[in-house]
Amino acid sequence: MASLSSYVASSAVALHDLTAGYGSHAAIHHVTGEFARGSLTAIVGPNGSGKSTLLKTIAGLLAPMGGRCSTGRQALAYLAQISEMDRGFPARVRDIVALGLWQRRGLLGRHRAEDRARVTDALAQVGLEGFESRPLDTLSGGQLQRTLFARVLVQDAPLILLDEPFNAIDDKTIRDLTALIGRWHAEGRTVLTVAHDLALVRAHFPHTLLLARGAVAWGPTADVLNEANIARARSFQEAWDEAAPWCAPNGAWQAA
Amino acid sequence: MRTERRLAGRVMWELAVAPFAEFAFMQRALAGALMLSLAACPVGVFLMLRRMSLTGDAMAHAILPGAAAGFLIYGLEIWPMTLGGLIAGAVVAVGAGAVARLTVQHEDASMAAFYLISLSVGVVMVSLRGSSVDLMHVLFGTVLALDDAALVLIGLVLAVTALAFGLLWRALVAECLDPLFLRSVSRMGTVVHFGFLALVVLNLVAGFQALGTLLAVGLMILPAAAARFWTQAVLPMVVLAVAIGAASSALGLLLSYHFSLPSGPSITLSAGAVYLMSVLIGPRGLLLPRLPRRNHRTA
Repeated sequence: MASLSSYVASSAVALHDLTAGYGSHAAIHHVTGEFARGSLTAIVGPNGSGKSTLLKTIAGLLAPMGGRCSTGRQALAYLAQISEMDRGFPARVRDIVALGLWQRRGLLGRHRAEDRARVTDALAQVGLEGFESRPLDTLSGGQLQRTLFARVLVQDAPLILLDEPFNAIDDKTIRDLTALIGRWHAEGRTVLTVAHDLALVRAHFPHTLLLARGAVAWGPTADVLNEANIARARSFQEAWDEAAPWCAPNGAWQAA
Repeated sequence: MRTERRLAGRVMWELAVAPFAEFAFMQRALAGALMLSLAACPVGVFLMLRRMSLTGDAMAHAILPGAAAGFLIYGLEIWPMTLGGLIAGAVVAVGAGAVARLTVQHEDASMAAFYLISLSVGVVMVSLRGSSVDLMHVLFGTVLALDDAALVLIGLVLAVTALAFGLLWRALVAECLDPLFLRSVSRMGTVVHFGFLALVVLNLVAGFQALGTLLAVGLMILPAAAARFWTQAVLPMVVLAVAIGAASSALGLLLSYHFSLPSGPSITLSAGAVYLMSVLIGPRGLLLPRLPRRNHRTA
């Protein structure tokens, strides 16, 4: 057992007995474990298994109902599911990517020439050269996702959280974006990605967390994604059970 | 030819400039309406972009009981009515906002509930003591009787609004465009939301002396809604909305002067005319996008 200090230093995100959800219902239930610094992890599981809830809790958007989630106050870049953005807003591609400068310049800091260069460079890296002035509502789904990846690039954060970034995206875009994720991994950033395509996860993600309210399995992808684990996750009951027993403080729910 | 041109110039002068040049009350009305346009139109643009245009309308109704309370106790005095309106507006904005943020109910429903309660309390208060003339004063305002105190109030609101936009612009845009992103990098989202609602209330209160509680929202929403049809970026939209608001103010006051119309409705109707025209002929309006195109680009 490693000492506490090395435990903290080697992990980018540590979950300790974490329970989080909405109202009195837990969407993730007593999860303990850590995402190592510099690791690249896919979070997989059926719909409603708590994947987005876990990312929101790590991003600090949702307060835990119980337990702890510590990220060591490091800067993070969080990419939500596309459906939560206002696509009718009169903004240009450049405006969206420039939001990523917030951590660097804050509310009042002027955007300097180097910041504008950073935005232009990020757009080039996601294959959107010359798109700076395109209005938001003229972008295709794939172009919008590339734009949001450019914003993550501009944020330049050591911890990156991506919630279902490959939803409704064509193969070419998925290839480009996974290559970008691979580069972030090579740069030593910690990346957590919610994904559904198991073939993609096996090909590109060294670690996997298989979630079904609790952690079904967590570790090297080849060990986690076996038949038995996947079958266990599939049998997970998505619907909230209004009559579900209240969870006992010592975690006795597992025996029930 | 020359005399004709001189005659036309003379007529223009008489119609458009002389009323403002000759009468102090018209100058004061114009100054007040122009300051209101400068402050309220940008607020209206962000109300519209956040899909909260009807919230502006609801807030305009919500300030009635506060203004009515000030009016009942002190008469048609600007500071008590303003203070009352601010308090009532703040109670409704914070109450509705808190219900929306802390419960399952969305802001549209909670705002409707709170403003209906507030409006009915206001009407009950006015009808307890006042006459229908009093009610008309509070509801429709008297732009042609803007005194120095009212102008000072409008000027102060303009200064506060300009300062707030200067400080919060980036956060306001972020909160409209991608609120979840703003929450992931900063705790300012809630501050910005309530600060913005405070600006809405301030500008409505500044406007109700001139335009009345019912129509104060007109100068806020109509120019912004009209500007939406002409441009596809936020800053030009704000500039255009202010220009439309200022032009509507001047035109409305002239209509009011020449045809003896109540000035609040004249200004609002002028802005309404610009809106309808923009709907029809704006580049992003009803007609132009539907013109049959003879050719198209290959990509």
